[in-house]
Amino acid sequence: MTTFSDPPKASFRPSMLLSDTRYRSITFQVIALALLVTAIWYLGSNLAANLRAAGLNISFQFLGNPAGYDINQTLIPYTSQSSNLQAAWVGIINTLLVSFLACVTATIFGVIAGVLRLSNNWLVRKLMAGYVEIFRNIPVLIWILIIYTIMTAAMPAPSAFRGDDPASTMMLGSFAFTNRGVYIPGPVWGPGSMIVMATFVASVIGVFAYRRYATKLLYDTGRLLPMLWPSVAILLLPTIIMFFIMGMPIGLDYPALKGFNFRGGIQIGAPLIALWFALSIYTGAFIAENVRAGIQAVSRGQSEAAAALGLRPGRVMNLVVLPQALRVIIPPLISNYLNITKNSSLAILVGYADITATLGGITLNQTGRAIECVVLLMLFYLVISLGISMVMNVYNNATKLKER
Amino acid sequence: MAETAQMKVSDEVAIRIDNMNKWYGAFHVLRDIDLTVHRGERIVICGPSGSGKSTLIRCINALEEHQKGSIEVDGTLLSSDLKNIDKIRSEVGMCFQHFNLFPHLTILENCTLAPIWVRKTPKKEAEETAMHFLEKVKIPDQANKYPGQLSGGQQQRVAIARSLCMRPRIMLFDEPTSALDPEMIKEVLDTMIELAEEGMTMLCVTHEMGFARQVANRVIFMDEGQIVEQNEPEAFFNNPQSPRTQLFLSQILGH
Ligand SMILES: Nc1ncnc2c1ncn2[C@@H]1O[C@H](COP(=O)(O)OP(=O)(O)OP(=O)(O)O)[C@@H](O)[C@H]1O
Ligand SMILES: [Mg+2]
Repeated sequence: MTTFSDPPKASFRPSMLLSDTRYRSITFQVIALALLVTAIWYLGSNLAANLRAAGLNISFQFLGNPAGYDINQTLIPYTSQSSNLQAAWVGIINTLLVSFLACVTATIFGVIAGVLRLSNNWLVRKLMAGYVEIFRNIPVLIWILIIYTIMTAAMPAPSAFRGDDPASTMMLGSFAFTNRGVYIPGPVWGPGSMIVMATFVASVIGVFAYRRYATKLLYDTGRLLPMLWPSVAILLLPTIIMFFIMGMPIGLDYPALKGFNFRGGIQIGAPLIALWFALSIYTGAFIAENVRAGIQAVSRGQSEAAAALGLRPGRVMNLVVLPQALRVIIPPLISNYLNITKNSSLAILVGYADITATLGGITLNQTGRAIECVVLLMLFYLVISLGISMVMNVYNNATKLKER
Repeated sequence: MAETAQMKVSDEVAIRIDNMNKWYGAFHVLRDIDLTVHRGERIVICGPSGSGKSTLIRCINALEEHQKGSIEVDGTLLSSDLKNIDKIRSEVGMCFQHFNLFPHLTILENCTLAPIWVRKTPKKEAEETAMHFLEKVKIPDQANKYPGQLSGGQQQRVAIARSLCMRPRIMLFDEPTSALDPEMIKEVLDTMIELAEEGMTMLCVTHEMGFARQVANRVIFMDEGQIVEQNEPEAFFNNPQSPRTQLFLSQILGH
């Protein structure tokens, strides 16, 4: 038992570096730091010596050279004549794209499944338990392969949509599900569409402002404004009105069969869909467990006490249960988002051109610049992961329980 | 002692429970409960564990649903009609064994949450009321702390203040002191005694027999979901009628 309270500082003896808990921790930290520095110095000098002996040098000039390969799904301009750097950018954006999409859908799946797992309905509860157990217990790599195989093997080829009596037809005349991917209508931005979009963004901000104002009004004067309908109206009406004022500048471009493939609209390639969907359902199963744990962590006494005070069930959820449950849900949610980002590097399996497939795959093989490519890759994933952690931790700190 | 027991009880009926029954699945928890509580009455309910004491008082503010018979609070019939439930809950305060303060809100926010969102009281006014009641339970200086920073006895007093902020006409207590250390029991009981002296209608599940003698004007003994016996405290403790009451009293007073 360490029960001494502030022994006099004057009597410091070297033996206290080990025997006194106040100094012992410092002693150990100094030793650990020294060992770490020595280890890094040793490995670094070793690496430099070996590279010199092999006649290799570290140089990032290859990034400026033409990449010389094609990429099928790019969000930014790219041809085989573009530089390796541009190819890396394509990869980075593709990684961010699939990670972002998967984070959003995994959260949606997870919240729904997690909440339904607590349902009073036996069948719903068991179905959700089945979903969680099946999907989180099979490696995500296998899910990517399964979904990709199903898509490429079971979906009709674009040519099946041709002819007077086609084997397949487009859904609602605007969606085509093919073995090369899904084709959906895409927006066409006419002049003035920026103003419409700006109006929409302003409306979204307006909804938050309105809700804040309504809460403030309730706190200040005790007057409670209606929430739902004004929110919907603020969200939609200005945008719709602006859309017509500007002469309907935003149109839809429908995919249509031209030759052997669909043209127009937006193409979402089969690799992206397989990766996106697999990451979503796999990670969604983990998130479902977090959500369930979070809600269960709030004791029943909390909602009973709130109900006994006369709060309606919706308010009990918003004011009492959710604020407490989120504190349990957020930290593991961060690691699930990080997992999605890192697992997205499995893209290479189905030929989705993420950063691992471009910079860490083809570029690396063609230029032989293994150390440079791998260092850049590591840096990228590190930056992204730390970025996600930081944002979520800021949120977490803002809401965490202040106790003691 | 004597004068507190004389506190006036009006003829007005606060709670009328008529032939009420409740089942958990096949388990018959409450059987044919008949109970009339007048305004200003202070009732202590005791009985062995599992006899249905908690279930009975939780039925009064609809935390549990009863299946047969009727419960009427201040003339409002408890039914599945949400309006009636809201009305009853806003008139009935409740304190729990484990306090159930909201850990993410300060003491003051705990006390103002329901007045603001249910009673639509402006925050400033709600805070004044809250400070008034926190002073009453003698912890105004803790108003900006969080529940986790308070002792059990302080938390239970906050819970009482939180209920009082809704200005209830009836208070329900479910073993408010049984999760507390002995030193803290007294501070909570003192608060409850003060409340009783002001004429609050109280239903209290407790095994604090000293409290029952001092404050209650009726003690109810429950066993196996039934009200077995009820009487004034003196008569109840000195001259219990049914053998089950005698056994129970000998067990809790015996040592
Ligand atoms: N949600 C429930 N489902 C099924 N049975 C329940 C439930 N809640 C309580 N019971 C049962 O109902 C009976 C009465 O419970 P209750 O909590 O009212 O007892 P009590 O008199 O308050 O006991 P204690 O002194 O231990 O608090 C007990 O046998 C208990 O097991
Ligand atoms: Mg009980």
